[in-house]
Amino acid sequence: MTSGSTQAHAPTPTIPGELKVIHDATCTFCGCVCDDIELTVKDDHIIEAKRACALGKSWFLNHSVEDRPSCTIDGNPASLEQGYDRAAQILTNGKYPICYGLSDSPCEAQRVAVSIVDWINGTIDTTTSVCHGPSGMAFQGVGEVTCSLGEVANRGDMILFWGSNPAESHPRHFTKYSLMPKGMFLPNGRKDRTCVIVDVRRTKSAKAADIFIQIKPKKDFEALWTLRALAKGIELDPDLVHRETGVEFSVWSDLMDRMKACKFGVIFFGMGLTMTRGKHVNSEALLALTRDMNAHTRFVAKPNRGHGNVTGADNVVSWRTGYPFGVNHARGYPRFNPGEYTTSDTLANREADCAMMIACDPMANFSQPAREHLATIPYIALDTKETPTTRSAAVAFAVATYGINTGGTVYRMDDVPIPLRPAFASPHPSDYDVLTAIEVRVKKILGIT
Amino acid sequence: MTSPDYTKISQGIVYDPRNGIDGEIRDIWILDGRVVDPPADPSVRASKTIDASGLVVMPGGIDMHCHIAGPKVNVARKMRPEEKRRGEQMPRTNITHSGSMGSVPSTFATGYKYAALGYTTAFDAAIPPIAARHAHEEFEDTPCIDKGFYVLMGNNHYVMQSLMNNEPHKLKAFIAWLLTSTKGFAPKLVNPGGVEVWKSKQAGNVSGLDTKVDHFGVTPRQIICGVAQAAAELALPHPVHIHCNNLGMPGNWETTLETMRALNGYRGHITHIQFHSYGGGNGDENTFNSKVIPLVEYVNSHPNITVDVGQVLFGETTSMTGDGPLGYFLSKVYGGKWFSSDTEMESGCGITPIKYRNKSLVHALQWAIGLEWYLLVKDPWQVVMSTDHPNGGSFLAYPQIIRFLMDKTYRRDVLKTCPPAILERSTLWEIDREYTLNEIAIITRAGPARILGLNNKGHLGAGADADITIYTPHENKEVMFEMPRVVIKSGRVLVEQGDIRETLIGKTLHVQPSYDLDVETDIQEWFEKYYSISWRNYPVDLSYLYESCVIPTRRGS
Ligand code: SF4
Ligand SMILES: [Zn+2]
Repeated sequence: MTSGSTQAHAPTPTIPGELKVIHDATCTFCGCVCDDIELTVKDDHIIEAKRACALGKSWFLNHSVEDRPSCTIDGNPASLEQGYDRAAQILTNGKYPICYGLSDSPCEAQRVAVSIVDWINGTIDTTTSVCHGPSGMAFQGVGEVTCSLGEVANRGDMILFWGSNPAESHPRHFTKYSLMPKGMFLPNGRKDRTCVIVDVRRTKSAKAADIFIQIKPKKDFEALWTLRALAKGIELDPDLVHRETGVEFSVWSDLMDRMKACKFGVIFFGMGLTMTRGKHVNSEALLALTRDMNAHTRFVAKPNRGHGNVTGADNVVSWRTGYPFGVNHARGYPRFNPGEYTTSDTLANREADCAMMIACDPMANFSQPAREHLATIPYIALDTKETPTTRSAAVAFAVATYGINTGGTVYRMDDVPIPLRPAFASPHPSDYDVLTAIEVRVKKILGIT
Repeated sequence: MTSPDYTKISQGIVYDPRNGIDGEIRDIWILDGRVVDPPADPSVRASKTIDASGLVVMPGGIDMHCHIAGPKVNVARKMRPEEKRRGEQMPRTNITHSGSMGSVPSTFATGYKYAALGYTTAFDAAIPPIAARHAHEEFEDTPCIDKGFYVLMGNNHYVMQSLMNNEPHKLKAFIAWLLTSTKGFAPKLVNPGGVEVWKSKQAGNVSGLDTKVDHFGVTPRQIICGVAQAAAELALPHPVHIHCNNLGMPGNWETTLETMRALNGYRGHITHIQFHSYGGGNGDENTFNSKVIPLVEYVNSHPNITVDVGQVLFGETTSMTGDGPLGYFLSKVYGGKWFSSDTEMESGCGITPIKYRNKSLVHALQWAIGLEWYLLVKDPWQVVMSTDHPNGGSFLAYPQIIRFLMDKTYRRDVLKTCPPAILERSTLWEIDREYTLNEIAIITRAGPARILGLNNKGHLGAGADADITIYTPHENKEVMFEMPRVVIKSGRVLVEQGDIRETLIGKTLHVQPSYDLDVETDIQEWFEKYYSISWRNYPVDLSYLYESCVIPTRRGS
């Protein structure tokens, strides 16, 4: 069985010295996945990225082809063929192989990665496990009432941000989707919407709010339960609420009145909620509140996901294994157990004995015990740039950048799939090419037809 | 000169209803993935012969209504880890990927399971157009079967706007444009108009065919009639696939009858009709009863109408629907986790776990109503087997349904385990009819192929795709149908006695009707005003289809 055989689109040829314009290019820098960017390309540089925000502009404009070997083995330049062979040997020699990352690759490459893991009875995990994993688990507990971002633009007359700072993390969120657009049922755009921001600190986003509510740190759960109680008409002790949440009871009851009175409410939440004390119970409370609000009006919730294609990774891993992240194949079939099969755990518990890291940097971001263990096992790293993780890899591949050098598909944070329109070719292979070559060799070693 | 590489299925008992073959002993010759006439020269030998003597040979099964790909199905997979831990596991082998089961199997598992059941083609019934790319990506990971999907358009703003402005030419061009852009197969209406109302207010829905949809001022009746007419003018192979308003509600049979009337004689397919055949009133469970008889009378006298059943089986499953307000209603009834997602300009979605119990009068009635439909429709070419997988139950229950239809004693034995009040509220006990193998071949392959306009499927005449299933006859028809002896897809033996021998990815069936290109400017203007993605990034190009297969319109173009 071949996998992920959809051909990634190659960039149109560039004529030396001439300007080339790419319309409707897609920025993969954050979960907004803006697909309306106009790129001007000269040779192997993007010289203009119209409509991109500051983050997007620097993503496009600062991109240059790194002058380093496409493959190194133990730090020494090697041919791709040698790298593929070595990678396949490492992965098939291990007893507990793990694969991690995936959120900065197109779906086509993610599919091949899941295939490889399946053939080697390995464990696959994505960066979801360190950012919105708790919302994924909350979702498995209560479900979710949600919508696509265009619905927010067309109908959302009350927009809440909870533990999320889009002004810095998703710069075009306000203008493209949530606050400024003139929507079908909101002809006056911003004027027709109320924006509420709840956070433990006054973030840059707070300026955009009509109402800013600063709660006590680590009291998200209490604040959300206050709102749930108000939604259900349960009597509360105002002093207790004030003490627990750090916010006057009247502020909460006024907020609830507005929430009930709106036509289409939206709560965007971020890692400020999912990664503080309480984690998945916080997300669960927020999803439950949203659900409860549908007894009064229409209300939806949406996590503000970060990395460009983390949503694609969730989808690909789910459709192939039935579970979104942290999936172990040691018995030959997929099993799911966050906290056991998630990468920070398989490393820190010293279970993994080889690894493949795809566009992620655990050597910089993971806990000390996890990093220490990773340093002792042979692993393969694929990345567009040099990182602490690529530097210590047994086999490192410098790969082309998706959305700039290579095509494919990414999923926006609301699960809308969007194609990429690359700007210029890279001398490095794509992650899809590298993974496909490794898969061929893994199958050969294992005698899989 | 080397002779062509024939495969011959020799001396099987062949059921090929479309070609009038009802259990005759025949040889079937296969060349390059197709059924061919036997070679004129009697000395030509097949390079491979499958001895089918004493075995039953039928075309591969066709599931014309299931949910196997796309955003809704994938969310259901993510949402239900608990049901996958227990039950069957699907380890990888040296030729197959691993997978997970539960009520919503992973993609590879879905493909292997369909093939092992003797089904070689399946259609996902509800894809939001903006997520078409996602469905195609999953299709490429769903092996062994040919696939296609229906495109949700019963709550599409452009559809409603063209009807409101009385611009039928725009509607017609839009439908063709949307099918072409998504590489979809047929227009699907789900609770036409009702989902738009759900998006705009608390517990919103339409109550019947003549409720006006807010903002657009059109009625479900106008949507049904308008789309059916446009689809007929486009000569689509499968003109319109309708999930009626008021699914699951007591007393909804009148809405269903009105929907059939609203077709005005145009061809239309009413799906999972079991869920739409209820008497009783005002949500009152005590008055809930079967209204199959008046509906079936209408179907029996109107050949423009076809139905699939949406059979309910007892057990746990996951309900998933493009009918947002229905998802809300069911989540309140069952009290479990609830997923809902509204898609801009296009559609909605609801998912919730459910359990059908034989001791519940309502559930037992739903089960009986499904069987009444199979048994009361006179012409088997008008009724198709479905469970609305996974809504009524899994597609893996088809062999059991076949046994219910072919064995009235078994049927009555199960009926006896249900609450006795069921006997007054449905006619199932009195029905003596038992299906023949020929009739089973009609409702599981020949019929759906005809209804879908697939000339190369559902039969074994020359030119047909060599998608063929061989069964070992057995007294117990569930045993006979649950494990085919051999399953052949595109001329290749994929399965023998439940074991996968070889895999392939399969074709994607879609349509490309021609339309007035001038209307595209108008569509683009509307699109750019309201969508959150770029116009040029919306259409799905051919690179997403592993193997494209365009099904011609009924005009042959
Ligand atoms: S908002 Fe995000 S996706 Fe859009 S241009 Fe900025 S960084 Fe790129
Ligand atoms: Zn359905």
